[in-house]
Amino acid sequence: MTSRYSYGGDEHIFVECDEAMSLDAFFKSLSITTAIRAAQIEGVTEICPANASFQVKYDPDIIKPGDLLREIQSIEETVGAGHSLLETRIIEIPVLYNDPFTHETLLRFRDRHQTPDKTDIEYTAAINHLDGVDGFVKAHSGAPWFVSMVGFVAGLPFLYQMVDRPRQIQSPKYLRPRTDTPKLTIGHGGCFGCIYSVRGAGGYQMFGITPAPIYDPNQQIKYLRDFMCLFNPGDIVKWRPIERAEYDEIVADVDAGKFSPKMAKVSFSLDAFQKDIDGTNATLTGALNGH
Amino acid sequence: MAIKVVKPGLSTTVQDLGRPGYYHIGIPISGGMDRFALSVANWLVGNPEDAAVLEATFLGPELEFTSDATVAIAGAELPPKVDCEARATWTSFHIKKGQTLAFDFLKGGARAYIAVSGGIEVPVVLGSRSTYTLGALGGFQGRKLAAGDELELGARLGATEGRTVAPKLRRSPGVSAELRMMPGLYWHRITEAAGRHFFEDAWKVAPEADRIGYRFRGGRPLEFVPREPPFGAGSDPSNIVDACYPYGSIQVPGGTEPIVLHRDAVSGGGYFMIGTVISADLDLIGQLQPHAGVRFASVTMEQALAARHDRQRLLNEIRETL
Repeated sequence: MTSRYSYGGDEHIFVECDEAMSLDAFFKSLSITTAIRAAQIEGVTEICPANASFQVKYDPDIIKPGDLLREIQSIEETVGAGHSLLETRIIEIPVLYNDPFTHETLLRFRDRHQTPDKTDIEYTAAINHLDGVDGFVKAHSGAPWFVSMVGFVAGLPFLYQMVDRPRQIQSPKYLRPRTDTPKLTIGHGGCFGCIYSVRGAGGYQMFGITPAPIYDPNQQIKYLRDFMCLFNPGDIVKWRPIERAEYDEIVADVDAGKFSPKMAKVSFSLDAFQKDIDGTNATLTGALNGH
Repeated sequence: MAIKVVKPGLSTTVQDLGRPGYYHIGIPISGGMDRFALSVANWLVGNPEDAAVLEATFLGPELEFTSDATVAIAGAELPPKVDCEARATWTSFHIKKGQTLAFDFLKGGARAYIAVSGGIEVPVVLGSRSTYTLGALGGFQGRKLAAGDELELGARLGATEGRTVAPKLRRSPGVSAELRMMPGLYWHRITEAAGRHFFEDAWKVAPEADRIGYRFRGGRPLEFVPREPPFGAGSDPSNIVDACYPYGSIQVPGGTEPIVLHRDAVSGGGYFMIGTVISADLDLIGQLQPHAGVRFASVTMEQALAARHDRQRLLNEIRETL
């Protein structure tokens, strides 16, 4: 896996760790960007890790583009491939699958979808050889997901399923993007899941909705008072399927300032994960219940 | 209260020099599309260059002043009037309590910067007063202005009337039809012929042009180098594994219509990019009207940095004359 460096105009350096998505490429991006942040290079204004790449924005009046490029390359050599331990947190996100809100929206945009006679879940279940909606929910919520990138719009997490490649859910984006997506929709495009942080356009398949806000520019929501975005790259997410009654309850609790998503500190080792995926995932999700 | 919005214009937002530091969680830098004009407008009224101003797009607002102030308009040629009496652009003028600032129709460019002595006083959010409408963040209640809004002004700085920028130092809006870009990022995804066509062809600004990005059409579709899609990228030849988007980067979904991302950029996504418009030319994009003709020109890093220094030198020269 050789990184490819490119200038993005005179203010950005863009680095592709790998063309294809993998946990290795994601870990490489995360560990190099963490090391760049720690190096506190003068003139660097933004350090943005992504799924299998990253980007650094800088002021060329303060640091010469060539000097910064060489500095990042030397950081990459120092970090190497051995850096696969991560101190992070796991966050439980309740999901109402097959909900009425995304259902109403997907009906409005059936002409832009691959299968006008099926819902997004039914379609994705079929092409992934899963046993209907129930089989889909089990596969989708069974294993945790890595937040591999935050962006597109404010606070929106891209999520990468922590299973081996044959078990990863894959689904194409809509044929043409929708002009509307409900806020807090659980989406999916390619191999990536996401949570839409705001209402707006979107091309990902829509599977459900969470009652837990993840972005609050007014910082009124109890658990978003310290910072307006919930997610950081490297966080781990576990979906918990809920029914409509609990969805309504959580919505009311959020309004009353009584709800916070369950979360726990965890250590993640890429080596241990690759040796025993299901065992590692069981330990991670166990931390949510105090184990 | 110091300004009452009688009519908001088409899309008028509070902007300063932006909100760096949060792009990694999807919050873009925002701030004036034409930072050159924004800084100059501020100097004309005696403000620091990064004070908050109003950015008016295509159509000017109508503003009633409830206290005395000094005002200057720079950027687009949007002729100001005080109680129906014409005033010059790129020149400071006084407005008295009770008077109304309105505008004639746009004569050139796309975005006018309305600087008021003391600056527009809205809360500082994550280090900036700029509006990011997609995230309902910053500015005046996170949105464009509406009729009836009341804006506060900062402490007066006592600017004089009649400060002006010599015409030869003004960056004329919308006349530059050449956007300089550095090829890179995923340039290797298109064929050599497609790369040539991209620079040869005449492009026009599409109606979908806003603070997030400017779309262009009219050139030939880009031909791709064949490939086996990498895992996670998607099957379209223009897809990549979702990555960060540089400001000014040129993405071409489906290979047909290039989009140049601007100050309210979406921070990342799954479309390949063929390069990046240089920092010195981003101001100019903000002054392009729909249907304006554009050509892209390929430049090196050395040329990009030279253009950046030229822009800064011009700004310094203006500051010294004021």
